Amino acid sequence: MRFVLRRLGFFLLTLWVALTLNFVLPRLMPGNPALAAIANHKGVISPQALKALEAQFGLNTHQNVVAQYFKYLGNTATGNWGESLTTQPGNSVAHMVLDAIPWTLGLVGVTTVLAFVLGTLIGIVGAWRRGGHLDSLMPPVFVIMTVIPYFWMGLILILIFGVKLHWLPYFFTYNITLTPGLNWAFISNVLEHAILPAFTLLITTIGTWILTMRNTMITTLAEDYVRMARAKGLPGHRIMFDYAARNAILPNLTGFAMSLGFVVGGAILIEEVFNYEGVGYLLLQAVNNDDYPLMQALFLLITVAVLLAILLSDIGVALLDPRTRAAS
Amino acid sequence: MAIMAPGDPGSVSEPGQPTPTLLGPTGGLPAPAGGITGVRSLRRMTRAVTSNRKATVGALLLLFFCLVALFPGVIAHDNPNAEIYPRHLGPSAQHLLGTTAFGQDMFAQLVWGTRPVLLIALLAGFGATIIAMLVGVASAFLGGAWDGVLGLVTDVLLVIPLFPLLIIIASYLHGAGTTVLIAVIILTSWSYTARQVRAQALSLRSRDFLNAARVRGERSLYIIVVEIIPTMTSLLVAAFLTNALYAVLFSASLQFIGLGDPSSTSWGTMLYWAENAEAFQTGQAQWIIAPGLCIVALGAAFALLNYAFDEIGNPALRPARSMRRTSVKRPG
Repeated sequence: MRFVLRRLGFFLLTLWVALTLNFVLPRLMPGNPALAAIANHKGVISPQALKALEAQFGLNTHQNVVAQYFKYLGNTATGNWGESLTTQPGNSVAHMVLDAIPWTLGLVGVTTVLAFVLGTLIGIVGAWRRGGHLDSLMPPVFVIMTVIPYFWMGLILILIFGVKLHWLPYFFTYNITLTPGLNWAFISNVLEHAILPAFTLLITTIGTWILTMRNTMITTLAEDYVRMARAKGLPGHRIMFDYAARNAILPNLTGFAMSLGFVVGGAILIEEVFNYEGVGYLLLQAVNNDDYPLMQALFLLITVAVLLAILLSDIGVALLDPRTRAAS
Repeated sequence: MAIMAPGDPGSVSEPGQPTPTLLGPTGGLPAPAGGITGVRSLRRMTRAVTSNRKATVGALLLLFFCLVALFPGVIAHDNPNAEIYPRHLGPSAQHLLGTTAFGQDMFAQLVWGTRPVLLIALLAGFGATIIAMLVGVASAFLGGAWDGVLGLVTDVLLVIPLFPLLIIIASYLHGAGTTVLIAVIILTSWSYTARQVRAQALSLRSRDFLNAARVRGERSLYIIVVEIIPTMTSLLVAAFLTNALYAVLFSASLQFIGLGDPSSTSWGTMLYWAENAEAFQTGQAQWIIAPGLCIVALGAAFALLNYAFDEIGNPALRPARSMRRTSVKRPG
């Protein structure tokens, strides 16, 4: 219980740091970014939004910084995230963010689970068949795969399967001539649009799962209890899954719990390359348009998702592994 | 605990940027026995690089890019920024990779673009590792409140999503030049290494050779610099490689989305302009393929070296064949 409370305290502290960063960063930058934004987007920003922007960045105000800070904290806590300045002028930021979340959760969430399951399985089999073809090829190939930039992999897949072969669509979340609804035409169109970005993410992330699983599993395979299982004459697949993999999976599982938190902000550049209208795409749109309220809300959302996942994985590990509780 | 968890392929991973732990659960080399001097462990590392095939390939790749970065003029004679050639030329003897949509020689851009990338990788990798070393050693040896505060700062930085943070900082700055890019990457990426250094420094605290130094009456600065830091050489080298790899991927990603300095010549900037000029649609796929391959090759150099060091530190991970060979030569 004390362990959980401590982690909860850490969660709140980090949340506060992220909130404060959002507040302090623009005020620390040389030349107030808000001034530049106002100059760049004259005419686009409504007088009303201008006022909000000035309040947010402490321009033309008699309030001191401390009062501004507490007002900002209050607004954030009550879900009052302001309006989009330039991306969709006048639209509520909270609304835009909520619209983007399902697309990212669907694309990145499903792919993350898939990469974890596939990668872990390949790692288990590779370590089990030590010295086989798979195992001797695996480390160098997957080490190299983990350093491929997401966005470049996306571009290459677009070149091959989109531009050259015309097999798959590579722009947008779905064909905008279709009306969204629960019919097969729409759903299949959405799935079609998700294939290439999902595949990009799968290729670039699976290597980490494979290598971590393989390397932990190799260490586990040398344990005495695995030797005893062999001596007892248990069938190979039982030793592989129930004795070795089961004990080797903890690092991968904690990594998985954390990566679920990164799902929300996880594939910014993939979404950008495919114009996939999720959270990451929205963030980059906000960045390109100097849409600071939207940008700040998205950064906060991404941070909260990561923090929640870490908190849950900590609690999960504490429940599963008594040693953690003792250590804290 | 969770913070040391391996692989969060999402987060930091944004630009294909795997977390430091991607190379095995140990996340770097295990601690060498205390008391090994820096020179000896460096010599050991050199021997290791030549005996491990992954390390050799990684080292050769890195050497190659260093040479290109030092003497770009020898390889590419064209001015990379001059917009003087016909546009959209295909590859030919004059223009090995053809010309861009702006009439620049693509091969010259690729060659001259090596220098800023390598500079960012080396400086950011070095800077992050040094800060991590200072913070890690300080919190282990000062202990008490200092340890608490430094540890908390490290932990908080560790879980804040770095790539979105980088994007936001760069956005407020309206694009980041090379210096700013390096500074921002250093500031956001030292935390993981600091934790490793602190853990190792803590495990050293009561070793005999340190007690001996204390009894001799050495000052703490001497003890830290001469006695402790050399024992961490392998950890620091592994950390440097990881940090350098991130710097390559982070900077390329930021440049690709236009948050670098668009007028600089660099692989990430090339990709930015290629994407803006719709290189695929105009049949100039090489404009996107070539810089990307260079990023992957340089990243692979750092990652292969790091993985090889992991294998050297943990013999169980080595390829099965060479394992058998060594066990025949030296039984037991």
